[in-house]
Amino acid sequence: MEAAVLDTLDPLIGALRERGYAVVGPMVRDGVIRFAELDSAADLPVGRADEQAPGVYRLHERGELVFGFAASPDSVKRWTHPPRSTLFRMRDGVPEPAAVRAPKVALLGVRACDLAALAVQDRVFLGGRHPDEAYRERRAALFLIAVTCAVPGGTCFCASTGTGPRADSGFDLALTELTGPHRFLVEPGGERGAELLAALPSRPAGDADLETARGVGAAAEARMGRHLDLGGVRERLAEGRESPVWNEIASRCLTCANCTMVCPTCFCVTVEDGTSLDDGTAERTERWDSCFTLEFTELGGAPVRSSGAARYRQWLTHKFSTWFDQFGTCGCVGCGRCVTWCPAGIDIIEELERLR
Amino acid sequence: MIPTPYHVRSRRPDRADTVTLTLEPVEGACPSFLPGQFTMLYAPGVGEIPISISGRARSGGYVQTVRAVGAVSRALCRARRGDVVGVRGPFGTHWELAAAHGLDVVVAAGGLGLAPLRPVIRELAAHGARFGRISVIVGARTPSTLMYPRELARWGRDFDVQVTVDHPDRAWKGPTGLITKLVGRIVFEPARTYAFVCGPEVMMRATAGELVRRGVPAGRIALSLERNMKCGIGRCGHCQLGPLFTCLDGPVLTYDKVADLLEVKQL
Repeated sequence: MEAAVLDTLDPLIGALRERGYAVVGPMVRDGVIRFAELDSAADLPVGRADEQAPGVYRLHERGELVFGFAASPDSVKRWTHPPRSTLFRMRDGVPEPAAVRAPKVALLGVRACDLAALAVQDRVFLGGRHPDEAYRERRAALFLIAVTCAVPGGTCFCASTGTGPRADSGFDLALTELTGPHRFLVEPGGERGAELLAALPSRPAGDADLETARGVGAAAEARMGRHLDLGGVRERLAEGRESPVWNEIASRCLTCANCTMVCPTCFCVTVEDGTSLDDGTAERTERWDSCFTLEFTELGGAPVRSSGAARYRQWLTHKFSTWFDQFGTCGCVGCGRCVTWCPAGIDIIEELERLR
Repeated sequence: MIPTPYHVRSRRPDRADTVTLTLEPVEGACPSFLPGQFTMLYAPGVGEIPISISGRARSGGYVQTVRAVGAVSRALCRARRGDVVGVRGPFGTHWELAAAHGLDVVVAAGGLGLAPLRPVIRELAAHGARFGRISVIVGARTPSTLMYPRELARWGRDFDVQVTVDHPDRAWKGPTGLITKLVGRIVFEPARTYAFVCGPEVMMRATAGELVRRGVPAGRIALSLERNMKCGIGRCGHCQLGPLFTCLDGPVLTYDKVADLLEVKQL
């Protein structure tokens, strides 16, 4: 199946729902673009654009685009590696594994950086000696609809990390929003996407559609105001463990863990154990954790990383240096979320430059 | 991530705050383990912590020594004979005893660090002919916190066993002070020596440093590292030390791989 053109997204959403998928896409919630279940294309944030800068996120009315905004604080991680999940229950000394919740979800409006993050997650969760079968199940239950970024966010730098703004692979369908007239170029990324696309009322894409679509990604890349020079960063961090810069960053960092929560690749978890008061069933829940908490390294009553400097160093060094040692790839995909959602506006690009 | 139920087959209080448990699966046999590996021990409803395996009981169960320091270890120490606890593992790297064949052997333990080294010492006692001179040096805070005193006395008949304490009581007649002092009181040929070191990190750094100064190659000094762990399988992220996951790449690592990392405070 070749590329096609759709005038509206309702047939796509309807076809996915018919096939048993909950369609999850961008919606305005509490002044922020979040990902939530859509009933129809009318739920999409038409004409909304985000302003993102270090420590800044605001929505504005602007233009006519459906996808005229950049990264949401929600990423695919929320579905592949949920914030909380029950691992097992134990009653009368017998542990019972909890059923894995892997609902069929179609994610509409996934960005190239998020697909890159998914590829990183695959290495983290499936590439090692102890593959995570629950992750495999949840991931297999996803139908991924990418969208080419038309407007780079104010903190994006995916062109520097080679992870966007246009998705090349890793999706079922990829949309590029075109204007004059308003329409969507749809390209299948595999069998599943092609099969679905064939069932939609579309028309074949012409050369002009394809060419205009290429231009969308290229224009976004050209307008991306931020650049990170990754050359030597890995080595710089491995050798810069005693740099005075860490203490200076720590004087601004609130160790609030926002960066790790919004990061699409951060995978650390902790467990919570409890016992039900009704019948004495013991239960274990896994939840997202952050290397910014003191409990994270607690050993014999005291944290190994007691200083904010040590915790910030762990986070940044892990992303850009030791991630390579552990997983053979960079831990950063250039989405800029950690910069936007840092309440102190700490900008990792600037900090990596200062560590030079 | 699902623990296997084990019965507490026996419980032996060692010292004021340590208890040695023998654990056997409710069904089936204990998986085999190598000296130096650990399990994740689960106190139902309370939590799970990494505990090294100190040996195999005659009945086939794991012997594991727990010191009561937090909620989970306190709950495990309170476990009574017949109680059910959860076990995952064994996990992690092991002491490479074969690497020490034909060499002088130094075993250095600080405090509870003797627990993961116990299976090493038992192996040395059983197969002494495979090794050169064997010395065991042990440091404890006080004479009353010294682990396995009876076994130490028994091992002392087979090879040189020396003990030092930080704070002696009136009855103590042995050496006092840091374990590094004992390094100068045992006999070994540094260039042909393999060392097994376990204890608090500051003790391991000092001991490994002293052995290196005396000419033992860093690649022949094995340490067992301790970090916060929630999973034991490289998933929770808590146990990272630079590029290493202590649970997968460790806990046993040679000093040449970690000397630089241990130099950095709060890494």
